[in-house]
Amino acid sequence: MLLGRAANGLYWMHRYIERAENMARLVDTGHRLALTQTSAASDEWISVLTSAGAREAFEQEERPHDTASVTDFLLRDLSNPSSVMSSMETARTNARMVRTALTRETWESINEAWMALRRMLMRPVDERDLPAVLDAIKRETALIRGAFHGTMLRNEIFDFAQLGTLIERADNTARILDVKYYVLLPSVAWVGSPLDNHQWQTILRSVSAQRSYRWIYEGYEPTSIADYLILNRRMPRSLAFCYRGICDALEFLAEEYGARHQSHDMAAAKREKLRSASVSDIFEEGLHEFLKDFIRDNGALGDQIAADYRFY
Amino acid sequence: MLFRKEHFLAMFDEMRLGDRARQPYEAYENWFHSQDPARLNEKSQDAEKVFRRTGITFAVYGEAEAAERLIPFDIVPRILSGKEWRRLVQGIEQRVQALNAFLYDIYHRQEILRAGRIPKEIIACNEAFLPEMIGVRPPGGVYTHIIGVDIVRTAEDEFYVLEDNARTPSGVSYMLENRETMMQLFPELFQKVKVLPVENYPQLLRDSLAAVRPANCDGSPTIAVLTPGSFNSAYFEHAFLADQMGVELVEGQDLRVVDGRVAMRTTQGYKSIDVLYRRVDDDFLDPLTFNPDSVLGVPGIMDVYRAGNIAIANAPGTGIADDKAIYSYMPEIVEFYTGRKAILRNVPTWRCSEPASLSHVLDNLHELVVKEVHGSGGYGMLVGPAASAKEREAFAAKLKARPANYIAQPTLSLSTCPVLTESGLAPRHVDLRPFVLVSDRIRTVPGGLTRVALKEGSLVVNSSQGGGTKDTWVLDD
Repeated sequence: MLLGRAANGLYWMHRYIERAENMARLVDTGHRLALTQTSAASDEWISVLTSAGAREAFEQEERPHDTASVTDFLLRDLSNPSSVMSSMETARTNARMVRTALTRETWESINEAWMALRRMLMRPVDERDLPAVLDAIKRETALIRGAFHGTMLRNEIFDFAQLGTLIERADNTARILDVKYYVLLPSVAWVGSPLDNHQWQTILRSVSAQRSYRWIYEGYEPTSIADYLILNRRMPRSLAFCYRGICDALEFLAEEYGARHQSHDMAAAKREKLRSASVSDIFEEGLHEFLKDFIRDNGALGDQIAADYRFY
Repeated sequence: MLFRKEHFLAMFDEMRLGDRARQPYEAYENWFHSQDPARLNEKSQDAEKVFRRTGITFAVYGEAEAAERLIPFDIVPRILSGKEWRRLVQGIEQRVQALNAFLYDIYHRQEILRAGRIPKEIIACNEAFLPEMIGVRPPGGVYTHIIGVDIVRTAEDEFYVLEDNARTPSGVSYMLENRETMMQLFPELFQKVKVLPVENYPQLLRDSLAAVRPANCDGSPTIAVLTPGSFNSAYFEHAFLADQMGVELVEGQDLRVVDGRVAMRTTQGYKSIDVLYRRVDDDFLDPLTFNPDSVLGVPGIMDVYRAGNIAIANAPGTGIADDKAIYSYMPEIVEFYTGRKAILRNVPTWRCSEPASLSHVLDNLHELVVKEVHGSGGYGMLVGPAASAKEREAFAAKLKARPANYIAQPTLSLSTCPVLTESGLAPRHVDLRPFVLVSDRIRTVPGGLTRVALKEGSLVVNSSQGGGTKDTWVLDD
């Protein structure tokens, strides 16, 4: 038996932990590019802000699109609800609310992560310390995940947490791809240009896949990169992987509760589409349209889960 | 009423008597002196880390920047011998029996008023008295299920009850976590000194709550803890107790009345609750009956309660028994319902509503503690000896304006117990809050919460006013 409010808390706690981690990865990517190609650095930071869904909020104030302002906004700014610090605050508030559903190890790992990051992000981060801070964010969120996976019973609590993690992750991957979709569109003029290589790197690095990609694919083909991040079911941040996990979690819930809902059909349809589609189908439909629809449907699935399981 | 001042003057230290350790502390003191002071200081810091990591924090109202604070923990235990404890338990249990009998009476035939043992006005004009409870018989006949009696000591054999805390006493999670922390820090010490365990409290609480389930509930009752939410100062404790008992932690927004039962919204629909351990004040419990603006409670829960379909612990209206104006009548109340003199003493109390008492209080403000009748948490009180002439003057004006709002008590010379400071052991004033559970029988866990005034010379032990806590040991002797 689980309270609807507790399911909601678990779901959002995990969405925000995932978000904090992805934010660190995005900032890392932006920073790396800003170091390697000074001329287009502000463009890169703009696309990082867009991927993070934070560009509009950032530009409400007059400030430069440079490393210091953008990283500060994405890591520390509490007026940005998706900054790492805001995400950790929200994740911890939710964890506190569902504390009775968590193992002591899980609660302590998130509480310690919150304390460590709060200390680290108390003052603006000096650029020299940025790599260490980003590593710390990734490490703390990894510790939370480790404690969670290592100690939690695989019951409904676990399933709602998984749903939060995977829906957030699918959303993040789709956004990163969408911001860069034009790079993946075949264009004779760009192939082989230095800009091109950096753009590949941006995409793969922001999902921690720059090495694993090369274990599987030969060269940097646009179709291969799209295939990897959308359809590859072994790649833990791909859309297909996320939807396999989402469907598994929903199936476990259906078994445990003996009831299926609309969210089951929605998730299954999306999974099926990701299983049967080929990259050329997607490119034919239009990559941008495909991703736009995906982001919208993914959000709708989250809302439907909230309704089906009485989050409110 | 007259009290001899000298009665309270000599300061009693619980650990040391002259140059020797008092008997309950002998084994501990031997151990203590064999320890490296540097290591003890280290352990003391470890304790703070443990509390911070586990998130055992409380919120201080009105202090935004310190939204979450730790209650300082002192690693020197407060120790009671088995004999001292047994005597306390007798007194406490007599008192909680009287409290429950008083509550039943006051919401039914009001024999005690008819007998003229306490004045009618003090009930009739009291906000803590709930007319909605008149004639209601709570499941199991119990009104106050969980009580935390505040006790102070002034001499070897002199214990006084300061407050009865019969509505929603807090602090039991600190009793449990303090012991847990001590056992983590000093496992070897528990080999040397035999201390009675407290860790079965959550199980006893669950048993007690199950025992007062409504008559129509057969089988295992569904129990839930009702919290005002994660921003409440005692939220940690609410979550802790629900977790330890293995029951749900619910908020008002999770509950509603469905088919004449109080039910919680789960991922599979509404599920009814049999016993609600509520940590929400009466006033917020039911917006249909009490404060209409409350979002912390459950609309209609009082109707369900009156129909006997849910047990609420502690029962609504219990506050009439631990009101500070009623407190002064506790010796009469205990005698009236148990037929015996109270084993534990009351602190002599002047009711400022009585003109003679008021003038005595005004004349002696410099040596009295004046408290608001309905106040709690150490707020809104005057500690006469510690206050400046100006503060006393300002307070006297408030007193004269609303005398019935205040009571006054002598400044007791609270016993001290040493705390570990950077320069070694130093005496600080302590009090004691043992926790009692009432259902089909009375259960008192051997221990309690010892609060300690960490500021040198301070008498205020409240955590909201800079007090700390200690582990409380009852010896198995």
